[in-house]
This record gives sequence, C-alpha cells and structure tokens, in this order.
Amino acid sequence: MKLSALHQSYLNRRSTSFRSPTSLDSSVDGSGKSLIAVFWLILHCLCCLISLVLGFRFSRLVFFFLFSTSSTNLYSAPFRPDLPVKHLDVHTIGRNLDPGANGTVAMATKSSRVVVGRHGIRIRPWPHPNPVEVMKAHGIIERVQKEQKTIFGMKSSKMVIVVTPTYVRTFQALHLTGVVHSLMLVPYDVVWIVVEAGGATNETGLIIAKSGLRTIHVGIDQRMPNTWEDRSKLEVFMRLQALRVVREEKLDGIVMFADDSNMHSMEFFDEIQNVKWFGTVSVGILAHSGNAEEMVMSMDKRKEMEKEEEEESSSLPVQGPACNSTDQLIGWHIFNTLPYAGKSAVYIDDVAAVLPQKLEWSGFVLNSRLLWEEAENKPEWVKDFGLLNENEGVESPLSLLKDPAMVEPLGSCGRQVLLWWLRVEARADSKFPPGWIIDPPLEITVAAKRTPWPDVPPEPPTKKKDQMPLSQGNTVVVIPKQQQHSTKIRKPKRRSKKNKHEPRPTDTTTQVYSSSSKHQERN
Amino acid sequence: MLSLPSSFLGSKPSHTYPVDMKILSCLSAILLFLFFSASFAEQNVRTERISGSAGDVLEDNPVGKLKVYVYELPSKYNKKLLQKDPRCLTHMFAAEIFMHRFLLSSPVRTRNPDEADWFYTPIYPTCDLTPTGLPLPFKSPRMMRSAIQLISSNWPYWNRTEGADHFFVVPHDFGACFHYQEEKAIERGILPLLQRATLVQTFGQRNHVCLDEGSITIPPFAPPQKMQAHFIPPDIPRSIFVYFRGLFYDVNNDPEGGYYARGARAAVWENFKNNPLFDISTDHPTTYYEDMQRAIFCLCPLGWAPWSPRLVEAVVFGCIPVIIADDIVLPFADAIPWEEIGVFVAEKDVPELDTILTSIPTEVILRKQRLLANPSMKRAMLFPQPAQPGDAFHQILNGLARKLPHDKSIYLKAGEKELNWTAGPVGDLKPW
Repeated sequence: MKLSALHQSYLNRRSTSFRSPTSLDSSVDGSGKSLIAVFWLILHCLCCLISLVLGFRFSRLVFFFLFSTSSTNLYSAPFRPDLPVKHLDVHTIGRNLDPGANGTVAMATKSSRVVVGRHGIRIRPWPHPNPVEVMKAHGIIERVQKEQKTIFGMKSSKMVIVVTPTYVRTFQALHLTGVVHSLMLVPYDVVWIVVEAGGATNETGLIIAKSGLRTIHVGIDQRMPNTWEDRSKLEVFMRLQALRVVREEKLDGIVMFADDSNMHSMEFFDEIQNVKWFGTVSVGILAHSGNAEEMVMSMDKRKEMEKEEEEESSSLPVQGPACNSTDQLIGWHIFNTLPYAGKSAVYIDDVAAVLPQKLEWSGFVLNSRLLWEEAENKPEWVKDFGLLNENEGVESPLSLLKDPAMVEPLGSCGRQVLLWWLRVEARADSKFPPGWIIDPPLEITVAAKRTPWPDVPPEPPTKKKDQMPLSQGNTVVVIPKQQQHSTKIRKPKRRSKKNKHEPRPTDTTTQVYSSSSKHQERN
Repeated sequence: MLSLPSSFLGSKPSHTYPVDMKILSCLSAILLFLFFSASFAEQNVRTERISGSAGDVLEDNPVGKLKVYVYELPSKYNKKLLQKDPRCLTHMFAAEIFMHRFLLSSPVRTRNPDEADWFYTPIYPTCDLTPTGLPLPFKSPRMMRSAIQLISSNWPYWNRTEGADHFFVVPHDFGACFHYQEEKAIERGILPLLQRATLVQTFGQRNHVCLDEGSITIPPFAPPQKMQAHFIPPDIPRSIFVYFRGLFYDVNNDPEGGYYARGARAAVWENFKNNPLFDISTDHPTTYYEDMQRAIFCLCPLGWAPWSPRLVEAVVFGCIPVIIADDIVLPFADAIPWEEIGVFVAEKDVPELDTILTSIPTEVILRKQRLLANPSMKRAMLFPQPAQPGDAFHQILNGLARKLPHDKSIYLKAGEKELNWTAGPVGDLKPW
C-alpha cells in the first residue's frame, strides 16, 4: 500500500503538475470534468504565452498563489516576480503539497512525511548575514573559548615582575618601546618596575604609561656614568633597589630582569612560569659594535685562537646553564671575551664591541618570595635579602644564594635561547627632541612677500645630494615640484648671476632661498 | 491559512470560474490543514521518543547477556570478496567486515548453536566495488538469497523461526533495500527473505520502507586510527562558528539541483555562502579533522541518504552536530540522547539556520559540549581494532541483548511458512 501511494504520487510528479490533486478530482462532478480539462488547457496555454513574454514560468506562480499556505519562507513583503526565479523554485513547493495531500487521503498515519523526488531550494529574500546575529554568534564563540580556557588552560599562572633599569638618552625610546610591546603581549599579569638613573622623568613615564600595564617608576638621583663598567655597576645598584621594592610591597610572582635594550621571545615568559625558586635561562649575547670590519677581525682572531690553542670554550654567543647528561646543572657557559681583549668599548659611544659582564642579570629569574622577610617554605640555600651588603660587590644574582647548585635550568636545560642581550647607544653628543616631538617647529626664514618655494625652479642639481650635511641651524629642506621644469635657456644666465652675487650654497637642488635679491633677479 | 484562498477567490469575478472551483479550493485548504496538524502531532511525539542517558546504557557489558552463533559460510561469501578488493576495509561500509572479525573472537560467541540466542551470517554484500570505490548493490540480493538458502538447508535454525532470531549487518545506503537510489530502493523494499530477521544498518528514517521496526541503527564506519592521529590540544580555542566541507550540488547525478539532499544542501549554500560565520565549501583540505576541532557547530546534512560519517566525526572531535535530515533515526537512538547532544533543524528551516543557531542559549551549548566530551560517547561511535569496551560493536550487542528474550511466537510450528521465497523482482531469483 505504501508503495502504491508513493508510486502514484511519483507519477503525479512526472506529469504536469498543473493539475489539481487527483483525489480531489474525484469529488468533482463527472460532467464538468471535460469542461474543467478544457479550461485548464486554455489557462495553461495562456500562461505559457505570458511566460514567453515575461521570461519565467508564470503558470506555476498562479498555482502557487491559489494553493499555498505557510510552507514558504517569504517573511518579508509580497513575492516580487522580478526576482530571479532560477533561485526560487517555487513551483516544486506546490508539487510537494500534492503528494502530501494524497498521502493523508490515501491512508492513515504510516505515510512518510518526507517525500522522494525533486524539492525546491529554499532561499530567503535577503541571504546575507544579519548583524545582530553575527554579534550573538561572536558572543557565543567568546563564551565557549572562555570555558575552554578554564577547563584546559594554564592552571595557575603567576604574576611576572619585570625589573628594568633605564635612563634618558637617544636610544631610550627605541629600546623601551621594544620592551613595552613585548610586555603588552604577555598573557599573564605583569608588574613593571622601572628604575631610572637621574631621577624619575616625565619622558620615561610617558613611554611606560603607554603600555597600559601596572608600573612602578623609581628614580635614582645619580646620573648614569659614561663608561660601560661604571654603567653596569650602577645598573646593579638600580636592580637591587627594585628588589627592595618587591620586598617592601610583598609582590608575589616571578621576578625577571629585562634590560631595556634586550629582546625577549614570548616563549620566555611561558618558560619562566615553571620556576620554583631560582632559575636560569640561556641568553644570546650579541656583542656588536656597529662596525662590520671590527666584527670580521674579531671573528678571524677567534678562529686563529681556536686553531692555536684548541680551547674548549664555546664560541657560541650564548650565556646560559651547562648541564650534564642527566640534565643537572653543572655550571654556566659564558661568553668568550678573549677575542675582544683590548678592543672592547670602554666609553658608551666607543666604536668597538660592547661586551657583557661575566654573568648578565637578564639570564636569571627568581621567585619573589625569596626576597620577602617571611615566606613559607623558603629554602635554606638562599641568603636573607635584607642582610645583603652591597659594598661587598654584588655582580650577579648568584650572590643572593649560598649554594648556586640549586639553581633550576630552564628552557630544556639551556638548549633554548629565549632572549637576546644587546647594547647599542648613540654618540655622546647626539641630540634628540625630547619625547621625540618636534616642538617648536623648525625655523624657516622666508622673505616676507614671497613663498618659500620659488616660482621658477633654480638651476638643476649639479652636486650630489649626499654631500648635504645637516646644518646646525635646523633649516627645513623642502622639495617643490616645480623644480623639475627648468628651462634650459635660462640656466647659464642664472648660474653666472648667482656666482656673481652670492657664494654658491652647498646644496643646490632643494633649498629655501632666504635672500630677496635672488627673487628679484629671476623676475 | 484558510482565509487566503477564499479571499483570493472572493476578489475575482465569479463568472469566470465555475462553482466547482470554489469547492475544489476549499477542500484542498481543509486537507492541507489536516495534513499539517498531523505533522505537528508527529513532531511532538518525536521529541519525547528519544530517551536513555549516555553513561549507563552505553557502558553496559553485553558479555553474559547473550550468545551469538556464527555460521560457517564458504569463503566466497566473505573472504574471497575481501581478497579481491581490500578497499572494502576502509570505506564507510566496512562495519560488516569488522563485525564479523569481532564476533569471531568475542566472548559472546558460542560454538554450540543450540544455546545461541542470536545467529549471525558472515556475508559481505557491500564488498563489490567500482573502480572508483563505490559499492554496487546489484548482486547483493542474489548473494543474500543464496546465503540464506545455504543456511536454511544446512542448519535447522533458520527454518525454526524463519530468521526471526537471526541478524544481518547491511550497512549500505538504504539497508536491505539494496539500492543506492532512493526511489528504486523504495520500489524494491526490504528483501522479502529478511522480513523477519533483525537488520543492523546505518540507514534510518522514520516511516520509511527500508527501516523495519526493531532494526538497530549503527554509525557508518570511520577509521579510528586516522582520526586519532589528527587530535589537537583541547585548549586551542574554537573559533569557527559553523563548519562544513562537502558537496552542495551533485552535478554528475543531479544537474538541475533539487534532488540531491532534497535541496537542503543547496539551500545551505545559497543562503550562507556570504556569511562569514559559516565556513562552508567543497574543498578537500588536509586539515579537515583539525578544523572540526576548532569549530563549534558542524553541519551534518543529508546527502543521497540521510546518514553520513560526518556525525561520527563531529562526535569524536567534540563539534556539536547540526542534523538537517527530516525524520532521521540516528545510531543507537535508544541509548544515546541525541536531542540533548545535537541540534535538529528541519529541512524547511534551513534558510533560518543562522537565527536558529545563534538563538540557542549559551548554557545549552556548553552542556552539549560537555556531553560530547564524554569519552563513552566517542567510543560508542567508533569501530576500533581491536575492540574496546563501550565501542560500537558492544553497543550493537547491547541492542541485540535488549531485544531478548525472544517472544515465543517467533518459533514456527512444523510446516508453517511465513516467508515467500519467490517474492521480489525476477532478477533476484537467479542463483549467485
């Protein structure tokens, strides 16, 4: 029975669907049947003609309007026949209703509601994303991700306490901006202790405020000295000041030393979360002087030395923990400074390789509880920070420990280099605008009645542009476009005139003419 | 609903239409109303029917609850077919082969047929593949007939009940109707000889000829090792809202559109191709499994048949399945509460899919994800080698065990015959 009814509906679909449901036909009077058939035929022909004119199947639309209910999804206004009908196969919806009606008449509830055969492709009138729903979807995504994080993410993440000694100089903005950006990317809570030599200034304050992090800005009255050695001594003092702040404020987290010119990888911050008390990581040492020839010479010298003496010291530019085969700490690899002996920079602006200290502070991290007065489970191999005597010469954080063997090597025992040490500074006499804002505007001396740019361009450039030194007076250099259209006839004349009247300026291509006499000549 | 036709008629001048026209339209409107109210009633029943809770029924151990006897058939029904084409082991119909292997070494197997509750016939009817890997079902009815003739003549157990305590694994598109085209499958119906047997099949659609009452619906085979090799860490945030990869139009077999997937897949494409929340395309990316793990909803629309391996993949990868197949019967529906795990969307509601999905409350979504994360759910969908407790093999045995004890009426008296051995198309009667 099922088969026959479905089969019948199947046949119905094969024939023209413009007939009314077969079951209903039986209810119609027999005599009127031929009339109806003729009528439908005429209507069909009429609709065919109209379709030819309009370009789509108009007949089905009529049928649809007569017999449709809520089965279509036209939720907006009335159906617009000018919509491309190839998308909206409306006729098949009418067809779908027939076998359904058939089914309920022919038998009881056993009929499948789902019919085999051709179905319409339902498309809503505006198939584009609804902005309200997009927002809701994003809300759902965020909530799901939050849930994921709480279930699968890091269980407990400790706060990162960053200690940075700095002072105002030309390269400070460059270095500090790098640190700011790195710290802004850290996915954990950050407290940034910035210790400044020469007192806490607004310039530094502005840079660190842009990070949006919690900062503690400490000023030291001493000015940063001019030699690398003295500078590193002062930096040690500044870092210890910061550690005192940690002790006083009882900050709880992991202390790391980020010198302002260093560069950190994001994995570094993830790795230091594994520290229990005191850890060390491998630091890439980039002893660079900015002078390429020097570097080549030092490299050659290093190779010579290795050939002669066959030292076992690693020539890798890395400072980090050294482990034995069972991944236990046995010592530290230190940057080999012998090749640079005698040739390293002494003053901050020397053109020579800047060498690191024996052990750079940035390669060490410690749990802030080591510095506290009272902390549970504080190990015995740590000296009490409060009793630290600086006059005894604190060179590296290992001075805080009684037993350096208890240090934890991080980054798969130092095999991963997670940050880089670099020291680059400008010349001693380099000037830079405070806060890197050019204020007041540079001086322009212009003739009162004339624009700074000449109406007729002067002679074409004869001297090269790179011979143009930046003069002390900060004149603005403007390149007007009219300069390109120089007339050749006038050239020699002007040149000779210029030679007569004034000493030739060094940069000929682009300069603001400051004397009014020239303008007069040209006219 | 009712007012529309009459008002429409009322606006037209009456002399152009005969009176019959009015009766006609009224009757059709009444019938339509009846038809839709019947459908609504059915819908209410649908939401209550699926029950059972994941976690206790799923973890039932079938050992001790039933005994299965495996017939010894000549290898032309099973091993030789596999030797001819080893691709049968990896396509989505491989469940029939793995079920045989599982039963051979399972503790529920008994060598004494007199104490067996269920009888299994190891036959691989789907293992006849075209060069491109698609199974041809044309010889399967003959193969099945020949196998049944064999077991009914060599053992008395078939004739005892005419197969009512036998079960067969028929994972092909429309189960025991043995055809891939739905219309032809409906014409053929379930093989007459299998009318009394229990069928274990992937196809499931309510009120369909090819789904017998009492059949056990199983998931299609998806290779467990391949899927497990693509797991990504669970803390990677799910950033895709809706994900789908597959055909929307089957241009080879259905160039006009409208037949394939009853137009539902095409509707998904036409409505949501411009929507950035829907990551849908016909690509075959190598990161398909990884992408599913980064998606919140995975669409599982019907294709030529209502079931698809996407459901298995979605459950294994923790992506909420959005099932777009009217009246579908999902695997192990009496053990797994699909309503609580997946989202069901009627085919007619596909254009509003984005509204439906965004209006699900967040707590419901999180709950569905928690249910999906349940490892027993994932295990129940897979056919691992070797078998593990709680996997799909065990769920099939649990399903068979739940049908025990057999009703006394299945045992036929001597000489009584219920099945018609000559029913069916003439071509089926040829020996295989």
